[in-house]
Amino acid sequence: MYTAPNIVLPQIKDLHQLKVYLANGGYEAYKTAIRSTADQVIDDVKKSGLRGRGGACFPTGLKWSFMPKGTDKPKYLAINGDESEPGSFKDRLIFEANPHQLIEGCLIAGYAMGISKVFIYIRGEYHAWVDMMQKALDDAYEAGLVGEGMKRTFNHDYSVEIVVHKGAGAYICGEETSLMNSLEGDRAYPRYKPPFPANKGLWGMPTTINNVETIATVPAIIAMGAEKYAAIGAPGHSGTILYGVSGHVNKPGVYELPTGTLLTEIIENVCGGVPGGKKIKAIIPGGSSMPPLRGDEIEGVKMDEESLKVLGTHIGTAGIMVMDEDTDIVAVTLRIARFYHHESCGQCTPCREGTGWMEKVLHRLDHHEATSSDIDLLYSVASNIEGNTVCALGEAAAWPVKGFIEKFRSEFEARCKPSRSFVSLNVVHGRRKSSDTLIETS
Amino acid sequence: MTHSFSTEELSEITKLKSQYPDAKAAIMPVLWMAQKKWEWLSEDVLRTVATVMELPYAHVLGVASFYTMYYKKPMGRHHVQVCTNVSCMLRGGAELYADVKGKLGVGHNQTTADGKYSLEEVECMGACGGAPMIAINEQFFENVNSAKVMTLIDACE
Repeated sequence: MYTAPNIVLPQIKDLHQLKVYLANGGYEAYKTAIRSTADQVIDDVKKSGLRGRGGACFPTGLKWSFMPKGTDKPKYLAINGDESEPGSFKDRLIFEANPHQLIEGCLIAGYAMGISKVFIYIRGEYHAWVDMMQKALDDAYEAGLVGEGMKRTFNHDYSVEIVVHKGAGAYICGEETSLMNSLEGDRAYPRYKPPFPANKGLWGMPTTINNVETIATVPAIIAMGAEKYAAIGAPGHSGTILYGVSGHVNKPGVYELPTGTLLTEIIENVCGGVPGGKKIKAIIPGGSSMPPLRGDEIEGVKMDEESLKVLGTHIGTAGIMVMDEDTDIVAVTLRIARFYHHESCGQCTPCREGTGWMEKVLHRLDHHEATSSDIDLLYSVASNIEGNTVCALGEAAAWPVKGFIEKFRSEFEARCKPSRSFVSLNVVHGRRKSSDTLIETS
Repeated sequence: MTHSFSTEELSEITKLKSQYPDAKAAIMPVLWMAQKKWEWLSEDVLRTVATVMELPYAHVLGVASFYTMYYKKPMGRHHVQVCTNVSCMLRGGAELYADVKGKLGVGHNQTTADGKYSLEEVECMGACGGAPMIAINEQFFENVNSAKVMTLIDACE
């Protein structure tokens, strides 16, 4: 079933149906996995070089190995399908086209870590996709592939329960500790780390949180062998990734390609180029929270974490947003800032207040009401959010603003009010650092 | 309390609670059930939920108010959601929102006088590849334009 690059989404008709999935070697990888010990499965995942697909690119096998062994506490696995990062729309396709591979991945991950219960957290907006996932799960339960029945089916004493949990519209729930609070039935405020979830997660028990795509990749790794998987794509970040391309391209959509694929190849050949043959002004490589790249920087850029890190950005969720030469960068930055202001949960002051200030300053800039010192103010607000919050939403809000200012400062300056003349001493604000006076020319 | 769950619904709630190690976790699915039944979550509905969940009203209100998809006021029978986030914005989402706003004559999170439509300018709904997109109630419509959206809105009963 698995031939690169179609590993997470094999091109097989009706694969979402259990009988088609079984006919194509479905649930065989789990049988292979239970023939080895749990530690061997974790080792295989380590060897495969699989890194999390949710944005942070943390090595999956290593994350699994953090789970305590030999404890009689219940252990949980939470699958993060909150997918709310603007520009990301890949997990939805897994729920729709290949839900059983995700379920099989849960079984393998569950076996490797000794998990007793898996929660698949899906964002609330995905009503139809929650139903699709639930349908696949019900079918799997009925066929004795999940739950108590799997002991008999696979002739092995390991069993795991899976529950689909529907969110209700909060971006912050994609943050792993926030997801845990949401699942537990509290307001979804992120938690401090440490303690890390592997020690104290859901209901205080050892917990691992993995992205949907990460877990859906696991059966393929077991089926094809870790070495073979590790050979796909870029060194240091192996495998295939679901690239979600949106914005100014002729054929937007989700494409599964090896890591390290050239950005220009994805845009020009896979997605059919920019409409009207226009030039590219900017690209966000991994969802709206990642720093952008200028159009003149993308030649030769490979889409994997190690290559992008060198350029000061990250692969994130591989949600590529393409903006052509006519794009209003200030308006885009304002829209991104507005999103993070809206989605800030309000727990930490720098983020709660700072995201609002950034939106206000950008609004002034967008409406030609700002002065050039406002650009510095904006940059300083962003810098003071970054690193000063419990969760990474602070960075997510600050990075794009800082990135766009760094790469497109002239566009921001062009929005500032025309220069003012210094017709009188600025008495009132004599100690102000800014060179602006209060008196305007017109 | 004027709202109450039926016996079947109460047994469904008991089943939901048993899915989690702690019954409190069933609050989100139960709020979804309540919203489906009563269309929006009034104070009285939240008190009903608090009773069946054996939780303080303040906690239930706290959770319900954290999430945008739990409605704290009545919405239209057809809740029109237009995405204006970056991917949609690049492909005309903002203009589309302005058109829909003009057609319905209401703003963000407002309902028409006859209660038929409500409008929401939503954040990214995860359909960036089909931008611009709108959703009416639970259904997504991708690769739309102003004319298509007007037809979709008119087709609502």
